[in-house]
Amino acid sequence: MERIPILQMGDILLVTIQVDMHDQLALTLQDDLSERIRVTSARGVLIEISALDIVDSFIGRMIATISALAAVMDARTVVVGMQPAVAITLVELGLNLTGVSTALNVERGMRLLGQLSAEAE
Amino acid sequence: MSASGRIAVHTQQDVVLARQAARQAAVACGLRLVDQTKLITAASELARNAVIYGGGGHMNWEVLRDGLRKGVRLEFVDQGPGIADIEQALTDGWTSGSGMGLGLSGSRRLVDAFELDSAPGQGTRVAITKWA
Repeated sequence: MERIPILQMGDILLVTIQVDMHDQLALTLQDDLSERIRVTSARGVLIEISALDIVDSFIGRMIATISALAAVMDARTVVVGMQPAVAITLVELGLNLTGVSTALNVERGMRLLGQLSAEAE
Repeated sequence: MSASGRIAVHTQQDVVLARQAARQAAVACGLRLVDQTKLITAASELARNAVIYGGGGHMNWEVLRDGLRKGVRLEFVDQGPGIADIEQALTDGWTSGSGMGLGLSGSRRLVDAFELDSAPGQGTRVAITKWA
């Protein structure tokens, strides 16, 4: 089955979404990620979406769900690399991604994750 | 590339193909990146609606010319149960299923023209247009 790879870097899980996502792939990622958080005791999840041309309500909901799910499992989530055109469209669509932290790029996302888990300590 | 076409929309994978066809049409008529993104996002919402609520259908796409102006028109047609209260269906946050209720109302905000024809038992037809 097709899957989105999840990489581990210390206590952070890195997900780089590089495919045009269909709905089942998004749901599989949700399941895989919660399992990996459990197995690795990760404190942070970084979702890199610079390769995504669109974020529609389904993908937006998946991102919000992952973020909420990770929070319940004591991990913070940061979404990084959203293209400006995607951000503009997302806002106009009416999707506000409540509770989802974002950062402009991976470096700033890592820094934010560090701060978020320090606050949680 | 021909200036119009039709693709079947029955599965999640077809939603991806509908997005790709929408992108090709958007690029062909010279939509700028933000407008391409808006059109493709609206296409994704409407194609998914056709699959989930309409039990599948098809998307007609067409590159329009109005003098020097070019645009893209996408039409989503399904033979599903139809929509009883169109005004309610176009309200933000209203959903008959598990979605967020942004598909129709959100798509309407992303495009220049939006037409919705539906009645119970008659299926649903949604047409959107974006001008370059």
